[in-house]
Amino acid sequence: MSAKRQFRIWRGDETGGDLQDYMVEVNEGEVVLDVIHRLQATDAPDLACRWNCKAGKCGSCSMEINGKPRLSCMTRMSTFGDDETVTVTPLRTFPVIRDLVTDVSFNYEKARETPAFAPPPDVAPGDYRMQQVDVERSQEFRKCIECFLCQNVCHVIRDHEENKQAFSGPRYFIRAAELDMHPLDTRTDRKEYAQAEQGLGFCNITKCCTEVCPEHIKITDNGIIPMKERVVDRRYDPLVWLGSKIFRRGETPQTSVTTARQGSATPSSATRSGIHSHAGAPTTRGPRRRRRAASTGIGRCPTRPRRRSTTGAGFR
Amino acid sequence: MTSTATRPRGARARAAIAAKTLRTDRWWFAPLITVIGLSAWVAYATVRVFMHNNYWVPEHHYLTPFYSPCVTERCVEGAAHFGRFLPGWWIIPDAALTLPFLLLFRLTCYYYRKAYYRSFWLSPPACAVPDGHKEYGGETRFPLLGQNLHRYFFYAAAIISLINTWDAILAFHSPKGFGFGLGNIVLLVNVVMLWAYTISCHSCRHIIGGRLKHFSKHPVRYRAWTFVSALNVRHMQLAWVTLGTLALTDFYVMALAAGWFNDLRFIN
Repeated sequence: MSAKRQFRIWRGDETGGDLQDYMVEVNEGEVVLDVIHRLQATDAPDLACRWNCKAGKCGSCSMEINGKPRLSCMTRMSTFGDDETVTVTPLRTFPVIRDLVTDVSFNYEKARETPAFAPPPDVAPGDYRMQQVDVERSQEFRKCIECFLCQNVCHVIRDHEENKQAFSGPRYFIRAAELDMHPLDTRTDRKEYAQAEQGLGFCNITKCCTEVCPEHIKITDNGIIPMKERVVDRRYDPLVWLGSKIFRRGETPQTSVTTARQGSATPSSATRSGIHSHAGAPTTRGPRRRRRAASTGIGRCPTRPRRRSTTGAGFR
Repeated sequence: MTSTATRPRGARARAAIAAKTLRTDRWWFAPLITVIGLSAWVAYATVRVFMHNNYWVPEHHYLTPFYSPCVTERCVEGAAHFGRFLPGWWIIPDAALTLPFLLLFRLTCYYYRKAYYRSFWLSPPACAVPDGHKEYGGETRFPLLGQNLHRYFFYAAAIISLINTWDAILAFHSPKGFGFGLGNIVLLVNVVMLWAYTISCHSCRHIIGGRLKHFSKHPVRYRAWTFVSALNVRHMQLAWVTLGTLALTDFYVMALAAGWFNDLRFIN
């Protein structure tokens, strides 16, 4: 069964644009991305969008549908009323390239700044051993498909462009949490890094990141709040501080924290010391793939390559 | 590498979308309900705390949680389980030792932060709806830096829950000996809910085991963390339920003390 439906789609580029109306045929069982493809095949052949897997796993087709950040391939048309106009706009937080395609380089820059996984230097890759119970918390964050909906909806940068320098965003807070909770990660300064360099203190726990996550990762409850509590351990809890002095626990090297954001090309200390890295090491394939991912997207729905490289932590 | 794609060229402008939000659902409903709910509760609690009356039912030893522990000179002797060592000025709540800590425990609670940042402070009022402020510094400086003290208020709240538990136990012993009525059930339900809310706190979850790197080395703490995590999922619901049980318990005790109706007694 098919019917004509009203769509309003933002068309334009960095110089300006506006919402344009389209009447388009919609069939039963379709998602918003199907309708956009039909528009490209009929009324708007030059409409730019970004997509890849159509299965909610590549994170490419992020856009705002009726004002809500969503994956267009996972937004069923049946969720709208029969006479409801569907408004589709690009992500607001990032610079627009054209139509529904935005430049998400901000996220790749923050990924490069984040210190990489640092396993024990005396354990070779392939010899990593850990118990499931120890690694479960980190595995939740590995579900991230890097659609950047959480980054887009976070009001800290969505409504305050000036905070982009100091704030990495929820995606990289769970990256920090993932590594801090990882049983084989040897860095002990991730809490300090999260607070001092990633801007964890900007987060005011309004949970929008969790609300929009298509992978249903409990970003706030399981990632950001535990990291905030770990920061409290180190910075604001005199009892823990006293205990660490008395029992000589939690002695923390501080040197690498202050240097980690001196330019996106600066490798982390783990990289400099030859430790395995997936985020910033010039010899890995990560940066090149990320640059390509950030640059694609103009024309008739070009694809964005899958890239897991920004989150490589030695296990899947 | 061959690519036909356009590469980003430095800083670009965001899409020029005139509407502040394009959300079509009732995004304003949740903050509105939060404002109404919290304001109503605070108004009720303020009136009751400074009423200095109808907080103790001597026939059944019921003491409202709003006056526990009752420690000012104006407290009824039977209700003062921990002595009367504070002056009885009207401006001093009879439970002056505990109320500030309970207030701060809830004020710094991770759920309530979300609730009042959204509804009262409009920062933001809802997801993908613009922040109501031109500048934003979050919890990076005073006074919001104080939110990091939440765990200390958690410790205080745990002690206060113990006191409330003691009150509920004492209520089974009326002047006629052991007794059991509807008031006891109300007090018990309130205490159970208070414990559930207190234990489900994010700070408790961290302290009990969340801070560990290797759960496998601490199986007991891991099980405790698993239990707290299951409760933590319901932290928001428990936050509202406990506001309700606190107000309901206080109202029930007030009604009995004022003689509006009698307690339904099952035993003695």
